[in-house]
Amino acid sequence: MPVITYREALRHALSEELDRDPNVVVLGEEVAQFNGAYKVTETLLAKYGPKRIVDTPISEAGFIGMGIGASMLGVRPVMELMFWSFYSVAFDQILNNAANVRYMSGGQINCPIVIRGPANGGTNVGATHSHTPENVLANHPGVKVVVPSTPYDAKGLLKSAIRDNDPVFFLENTMLYGDKGEVPQEEYLIPLGKADIKRKGTDLSIITYGRSAIQSLAAAELLEKEHDISVEVVDLRSIRPLDIDTVLASVSRTHRVLIVEEQKPFASVGSQLAFMIQREAFDELDGPIHRLATVDAPAIYSPPVEIEQLPNPQRILKAALAAVA
Amino acid sequence: MAQIIEMPKLSDTMTVGTLVKWLKNEGDAVKNGTMLAEVETDKATMELECFFDGTLLKILAPSGSQVEIGAPLCAIGKPGEKWELPAGKPAQKADVPGAVKSVAQSAEATTPAPTTPSAKESTATAPSSPATPASSPSATLEGQRVRISPLAKKLAAEKGINPSSITGSGPSGRIVRADVLAAEKSGPAKGGTGSGGKSGAGFASALSSKGPIQDERAVPVSTMRGVIAKRLLESKTQIPHFYLDVEVDAAPMLALRLQLNSALEKEGVKLSVNDFILKASAEALRRVPAVNASWEQTQIRYFGAAHVSFAVAIDDGLITPVVRDSHLKSIFAISTEAKSLGKLAKEKKLKPDQFTGGTFCVSNLGMMGIDRFSAIINPPNAAILAVGTTVKKPVVEEDRIVVGQRLTLTLSCDHRVVDGAIGAQFLVALRELLEKPALLLI
Amino acid sequence: MQLTAEQKIEFYRQIVRIRRFEERSLRSYLKKQIGGFLHLYIGQEALAVGCCSLMGKNDHIITAYRDHGHAIAVGMDTRALMAELYGKITGCSKGKGGSMHYFDPSRNYWGGHGIVGGQIPLGTGLGYAIKYKGLKGAAMAFMGDGAVNQGAVHESYNLAALWDLPVVFVIENNGYSMGTSQTRSSAGDLARRAEGYHMAWASCDGYDLYEVRSVMNEYLVRAREESKPAVVEIRTYRYRGHSVADPDKTYRDKSEIEEYQRTKDPITHNQNQFLAEGVLTEALIESIDADARAEADAAADFAEASPFPTTDDIQKDVYWEADNPDKRTSEGRLFFE
Repeated sequence: MPVITYREALRHALSEELDRDPNVVVLGEEVAQFNGAYKVTETLLAKYGPKRIVDTPISEAGFIGMGIGASMLGVRPVMELMFWSFYSVAFDQILNNAANVRYMSGGQINCPIVIRGPANGGTNVGATHSHTPENVLANHPGVKVVVPSTPYDAKGLLKSAIRDNDPVFFLENTMLYGDKGEVPQEEYLIPLGKADIKRKGTDLSIITYGRSAIQSLAAAELLEKEHDISVEVVDLRSIRPLDIDTVLASVSRTHRVLIVEEQKPFASVGSQLAFMIQREAFDELDGPIHRLATVDAPAIYSPPVEIEQLPNPQRILKAALAAVA
Repeated sequence: MAQIIEMPKLSDTMTVGTLVKWLKNEGDAVKNGTMLAEVETDKATMELECFFDGTLLKILAPSGSQVEIGAPLCAIGKPGEKWELPAGKPAQKADVPGAVKSVAQSAEATTPAPTTPSAKESTATAPSSPATPASSPSATLEGQRVRISPLAKKLAAEKGINPSSITGSGPSGRIVRADVLAAEKSGPAKGGTGSGGKSGAGFASALSSKGPIQDERAVPVSTMRGVIAKRLLESKTQIPHFYLDVEVDAAPMLALRLQLNSALEKEGVKLSVNDFILKASAEALRRVPAVNASWEQTQIRYFGAAHVSFAVAIDDGLITPVVRDSHLKSIFAISTEAKSLGKLAKEKKLKPDQFTGGTFCVSNLGMMGIDRFSAIINPPNAAILAVGTTVKKPVVEEDRIVVGQRLTLTLSCDHRVVDGAIGAQFLVALRELLEKPALLLI
Repeated sequence: MQLTAEQKIEFYRQIVRIRRFEERSLRSYLKKQIGGFLHLYIGQEALAVGCCSLMGKNDHIITAYRDHGHAIAVGMDTRALMAELYGKITGCSKGKGGSMHYFDPSRNYWGGHGIVGGQIPLGTGLGYAIKYKGLKGAAMAFMGDGAVNQGAVHESYNLAALWDLPVVFVIENNGYSMGTSQTRSSAGDLARRAEGYHMAWASCDGYDLYEVRSVMNEYLVRAREESKPAVVEIRTYRYRGHSVADPDKTYRDKSEIEEYQRTKDPITHNQNQFLAEGVLTEALIESIDADARAEADAAADFAEASPFPTTDDIQKDVYWEADNPDKRTSEGRLFFE
């Protein structure tokens, strides 16, 4: 099976969907001539031309809103946010218009857009460029939120997102763009809302997603080797819809839970998970639900300290030991 | 048919509007678009627009009144035309509370009928019934809670292992799954098994007795309990209470009581402390008659006679029989009458005129061992006296510490009628009478 | 642009129907039969009627929260509109949108939006889609005079001009953004701001059907034929407050309203015009008014008699997938407790 990068996997997904559906159009800052700020859309302009691959001004409220309006008439825009952090300047468009228009029209209007881009810390770009808004987004009924961790997942999920008739917010990670993984040549789709058990284990369930899933897998190796603790890693892949059944099944096998997320802890995705686990698997718990989130402060710039602010294998290991106590 | 104009909804959050002023008078011609009045909402003052042509026949809500949305404001029709309110839409001063409240005349509008006690409603006063024994303390049961994970708890139940017999290995000694599995292996020797465990565990198990402290049940509220609840709630929420304490040297009174009771034993005299209190209260009321009064909303009524009532605990409640004209009666007469009234009260045989019309009330929990307490005023009285128990305690007399016998009196006053100084004068008078009890025999 | 007598009568009828519908909805609001806010279109009727009368099958319209007039002008059923105000399941948005959120995509009417200026990027997107699909059409994106100061509006101007999108931005200038007059809120001329984006612009009065149609037609044709955007400011006036809850007298004098009513009322003005032309007769005017009142009353009766949505309806129309379970491709939980 070919081994390609996460970035290439995304590009392949875009390319296949551009080929499949003439209504798909890619819009964003620097996506065309510049070949993408993070090179996800590299070569697409040459292949599909300026009508399908469109450079926008730095005007997120304008072009995201425009894409939402176009989607109401049947265009299927895939809009890149150079950083998901910039969602704040388009907040009204994303969460008032895209999230609500179907509801407020009594189901008469659909909004089949995808907004994609990286949402992560760890690259020393400071607080304005390091937001991870999946919890904020998923708080809004009407939208779907996807956070892939591997090249295989990134491609299969992005293709499903583009075909979805509801607005899908697709959160990537600049730290993962260069990660390599096996991706089959033949076409495949991964349904949204389906978690993936990335590693089997018996003593502890780590519930996680995005880059935290990769970090958790590294921690699981250490826990196995150094502490003889067998960890199961459940990668949610999709925040909303949420595959809670896979989470609960894992919890009822291991009876111990650690949630790992690159999120500020207050009202995070993990907060919601913890609520659901205690509610629906209370009698399966052999200890309280533990969580490892980012250290609760705006993203720090200082490079070595930012590593410690985010989930990393050592922090996860420590949290895991507390969770199995 | 004339049109009734109702208070409109003028904002998304409005529930009540104030009719600031009428711009038209009764009899004025109005038409579609005429501004009838100014209405103040939670957001702004706006004009009330007329949607009909005709004459303003009748103004139903005066300027200054607060009117709920949908309540009638005025009637518009042809001159002389009849109008009527739709069913369920009372005009101002109707008996549906809250439908219309006049701001300018709020005192008048909210004055309830004077609360002269009716025969059925005069039963309640101060403290809760001592008839119900204090429930046994449950805090110790709480303290026995076992720390156990949900899963371990479920496992233990499945395996019939009593969690209190397991030692927890988790954080803070929490029992976790592994502990239950270990306990299962080591067998019943480790501890009592199952829910049917024997009582052999002794004292500890007695402490952790799992039985309920009483049958859990809901009991319908009796008429008397309902009246007590209503009256005391009204009293405590509507009367501005304040409280005065005084400590009385009870020794002279107790000495006199002993003297009289032993000297007049064969006459059948057996004076109680309460009899002294009743008599002293009547005499104190004579000295400070301002306390012998009632708030009647627009006036304060001062009573010429001291009808002193006293609280008697009976089944499911309490009642306050009245010793009429206490100020005219000797302590012996009061004692005899109080005993008889108390007996009738316990037997629920009091006639209405025996428990209504009191002007002052005494509530005594001294015999229950209560040091002191604050009683709730028994309307329409202006004050109530709460009597604690007599205790022996060290007191300073002429720079020496001696054993004194002390009694604490607490007077609850209706501040609308009795101010602090008056209340204080009354209590001081009462103390003097009790500390020089010969005065009560004059 | 030659209009037949029938067309003129029909336009006049629409103006009257909007007026009577709004008056009827005000009465229902005052009687607490309508919740939330109610932003009435009274005084502005000829503007929406004039603009919407120019719409072809590939033309689309989007507006802000003062959306009743446009909805009637594009032909939506007043019963469904009134029922929406009443929060009934028979409403045009099933009782889920309310006064500010009318929608009817079957009539190219894309709402009905509550956030000032927030609909303008969407309207720009309608223009983008028309162009992307190669259709000869135009999008009319309506906003009030208060919206011109929102960043989203300027971003939309830039995109439309940059990419030659067929969008006519219509500023319905009724003089007040809520209670703040134009002079207290906006620097310079409103439509002239288009010059900064090299866009065509115009300004006209909104009470005269002929003027509205004449000016708008020019820019709509240009949009359809040449795919060029424009900004058109149409001066108008609202007789009622920003919403019903609004105290007029804090920011404008009653005589100002009366002056407009006397000289530029859309009903009176166009009525006089059509009477002079011999298109309308007194008898016809009366019957149109009676019909409009009866229609508004019937709409209120229909709304009143209609059922409310049920609590089961709360979670419908949230996700396309949840409403089409047989076509669902995703898995997992969409709703949470």
